[in-house]
Amino acid sequence: MSDNHIKIEVDGKSLKADKGQMLIEVTDANDIYVPRFCYHKKLTVAANCRMCLVEVEKAPKPLPACATPVMDGMIVKTQSKVATDAQKSIMEFLLINHPLDCPICDQGGECELQDLAMGYGGDVSRYQEKKRVVKDKNIGSLIQTDLTRCIHCTRCVRFGEEVAGLREMGATGRGENMEIGTYIEKSVSSEMSGNIIDLCPVGALTSKPFRYSARTWELVQKDGIAPHDSVGSNIHLHVKGDRVKRVAPAENESINEVWLSDRDRFSYEGIYSDDRLQMPMIKEDDSWKEVDWETALDVVKEKLNGVIESNSAEQVGLLASPSATLEELYLLQKFARGIGSSNIDTRLRQADFSDQDLVSQFPYLGQTVSGLETLQSALLIGSNVRKEQPIMNHRLRKAALKGAAIMLLNPVDYDYNYPLEVKSIVAPEELPLELTSILKAVIEMSDGPIDTQAKQYVENVNFTEVHQIIASKLISSKRAIVLLGNTATAHPQFSSLRTLAGLIAKISNSNLGYLSEAANSSGAWLAGAVPHRHAGGKQCANIGMNSNEMLHAKLKAYVLLGTEPELDCWDSRAARIAMNDAELVISLTAYRSGEIENYADVMLPISAFVETSGTYINNEGISQSFTGAVPPLGEARPAWKLLRVLGNTFNLDGFEYQSSSDVNAEVMQTIGDIKAENMGHWRSPVAIEKKSTDLQRITETPMNMIDSLCRRAFSLQQTDNVSDGAIHINRVLADKNNLSDTDTANVEQDDSAVNLNVVIDDRVPDDCVLIQSAHPAQIDLGGSFGPIRIAKA
Amino acid sequence: MTETTKTILSQHTRSEIDMWLKKYPEDKKQSAVLVALREAQHQNEGYLTTEYMNAVADYLGMSNIAVYEVASFYSMFETQPVGRHSISVCTNISCLLMGSDDIVNHIEKKLDIKTGESTGDGKFYIKREEECLAACCGGPMMMVDHKYYENLTTDKVDKILDSLD
Repeated sequence: MSDNHIKIEVDGKSLKADKGQMLIEVTDANDIYVPRFCYHKKLTVAANCRMCLVEVEKAPKPLPACATPVMDGMIVKTQSKVATDAQKSIMEFLLINHPLDCPICDQGGECELQDLAMGYGGDVSRYQEKKRVVKDKNIGSLIQTDLTRCIHCTRCVRFGEEVAGLREMGATGRGENMEIGTYIEKSVSSEMSGNIIDLCPVGALTSKPFRYSARTWELVQKDGIAPHDSVGSNIHLHVKGDRVKRVAPAENESINEVWLSDRDRFSYEGIYSDDRLQMPMIKEDDSWKEVDWETALDVVKEKLNGVIESNSAEQVGLLASPSATLEELYLLQKFARGIGSSNIDTRLRQADFSDQDLVSQFPYLGQTVSGLETLQSALLIGSNVRKEQPIMNHRLRKAALKGAAIMLLNPVDYDYNYPLEVKSIVAPEELPLELTSILKAVIEMSDGPIDTQAKQYVENVNFTEVHQIIASKLISSKRAIVLLGNTATAHPQFSSLRTLAGLIAKISNSNLGYLSEAANSSGAWLAGAVPHRHAGGKQCANIGMNSNEMLHAKLKAYVLLGTEPELDCWDSRAARIAMNDAELVISLTAYRSGEIENYADVMLPISAFVETSGTYINNEGISQSFTGAVPPLGEARPAWKLLRVLGNTFNLDGFEYQSSSDVNAEVMQTIGDIKAENMGHWRSPVAIEKKSTDLQRITETPMNMIDSLCRRAFSLQQTDNVSDGAIHINRVLADKNNLSDTDTANVEQDDSAVNLNVVIDDRVPDDCVLIQSAHPAQIDLGGSFGPIRIAKA
Repeated sequence: MTETTKTILSQHTRSEIDMWLKKYPEDKKQSAVLVALREAQHQNEGYLTTEYMNAVADYLGMSNIAVYEVASFYSMFETQPVGRHSISVCTNISCLLMGSDDIVNHIEKKLDIKTGESTGDGKFYIKREEECLAACCGGPMMMVDHKYYENLTTDKVDKILDSLD
């Protein structure tokens, strides 16, 4: 036996254990049950509930299994009289102040206290005195508190400190007056806050949107995949009848561990938004009419063929949401190419596509999600990963706390919940320049062979200490990565950023990766829902228009799948104009909105998240399929079925599928092994333009605004992570323009102007204006980046 | 340190905290939280507000809630507005035997408030003392603004309280 392994005996069984393990870890690993409240495998040991007391031979008193390190030859009894007496006494103490309100408690039926009270509680309470009562706190729209039920296990407090990286909950007061809460009236703001609902062993913290809407034993648990960020978190859907009532994380150590971001947890509310489209509708003489599916499809065929015949199929553009499933996107591109159009895209928040032919098979993370936590250094370019891919941020945070150098190059000084090695906050136009400086530093410090072209390129560039630190960290780390985030992808010189990041990664011997935006950003590429690639990544002979070209070309007809272009596209103004001016807009949508009704001619109701079976391929390239958990509302149909029928309606070949798994089998066969190679596929560096004197617009999409579903999730919309429809400028720029927090500014971009409120925000660099996209007030402005003018209104 | 913290914690308070910070390792600034809160409470004439606690948190690089926890735990910190002179009469066993009840009654009558209350002019606050103040040999005793007064009589109490401004 090696030094590290020891043997202990628990309940007469001899068990192998590692030195330094806590007793409860060993019993858990061997399926020996020890009751507990405060212990959680992902949190530090607090040992304050004392429920896990067990008898250890030679110890004078029972010991808490969660805080007792194993020792060689230790003899433990978990079921002896000493152990169970201790546990029963603890239970009696815990129940002293716990209310007997299980019949009205949402936790009832899945409550650890309730369960253990069955096993360890007395049938009659000896405590006759008054129970304490704690006033409930309002901690925001997501989490309901009933703090009288709290047993002070402090899991929620430790979660804040250790996992969320933002200590918001605490135990104030002492003794009988100790209370868990935020002390001051405030909403918890962590993007992962919902996890304390799962952590809470009692009904003190429960889901606010779920409150009183079902009893837990009425719920059926089904599996699913989270539909928002590119992590592909595994989820449980709790279904009552035909409705999803709640979403909880499903454990998957290699992806989301036991956690879930708030967006993935609460967005299900959007399924039941009032504006769900439940019947196919066609516009006749400017008024909307509900029709049956057959009529609707006939109208689609007639109108779309009309456009194709009187113009050409190239006048049809297809825009799809990157959170549509692999099967839907595959069928959509098959349909598009079948009718003769290659104008299909899901890269809606992107503007620079100039090197799309060189890009790898899909925007690959460059490594595994779980591997992020073992990185030694990472350079993040244009990313608010904390809000955009919260689970990946959690992994990066773990790496940072272990000493990894996380370095940042961003156009907005986003808040990070771990220490950063260095950060450089610059205007968007300067991002490529910053990267050339880093590249120069990397070239000077590296002792490997350097591409002569790269050398020439940085000849006249200077670098500072910050660039030097970034370079040296990347070079000296064995496990290093350069990551391009959502803002980098949306940057007007994305291809330059990509090239520079790639060269930096290559010369410093690091990986290059992309933090992609949506649940199926990767799947969309692999399904061929891009204008230049077939499914599986094969180059197209006939390259169609990208999303931005489609909007600016003002095509005659658009087919939309699950997207609201004026809210989802890089250039919201161009999107609105293109939709309004088009002869024909067919919207395959789960929702109707004033805007859609205004420009669309046919609205076909498709099923929302969880109403369809399908597949998402995550950032790492893992393909995860799921089945529909509930039937679609009304006459809505899964989009893959609709596209199949559409294919048949247009007499296209190869649309004879029986199920979405038939479609999946075909796509997966075309794709083969999912693999991507990010390195070595970039064009030569291009000259970076000089800094202009104009103010520059920066656009971010707040986490709860990225798709139609979360924009309609009521509780998420009450949080801070939504668009405010204002301009964010720093104090310097505000003073220069004589603007203050209460003012309205006239904001002008190209030849269009709107009035927006002013928010003083010192996270924004000088001479830049930050605008949050997907807000109706800013649609008429235009592109996400570029020159902008402001003046007091 | 943010600008707000600078405006809330006076130069004097900050230099007092700095003196204590020197006694602890650089990365263990939160060790000074008790003295920092004491100085902040002193600056604000006897009680802490959320603004002061946030300023202390910012100054020591702690989360706000961690400071609230400390301030609400210890009975020497007041988190509600109280009078600027804090009177704690020990009522534990030794002082009780020596007549602390009479002292408490006398003060309550003199100031026309009950234990746990402050006078309307914001001058005095009678604290509900919880534990022995460790001056049993001098009972009955009281602490006024951190100063111990022992072997009290009602006359002596009058003199002490009248001497305060």
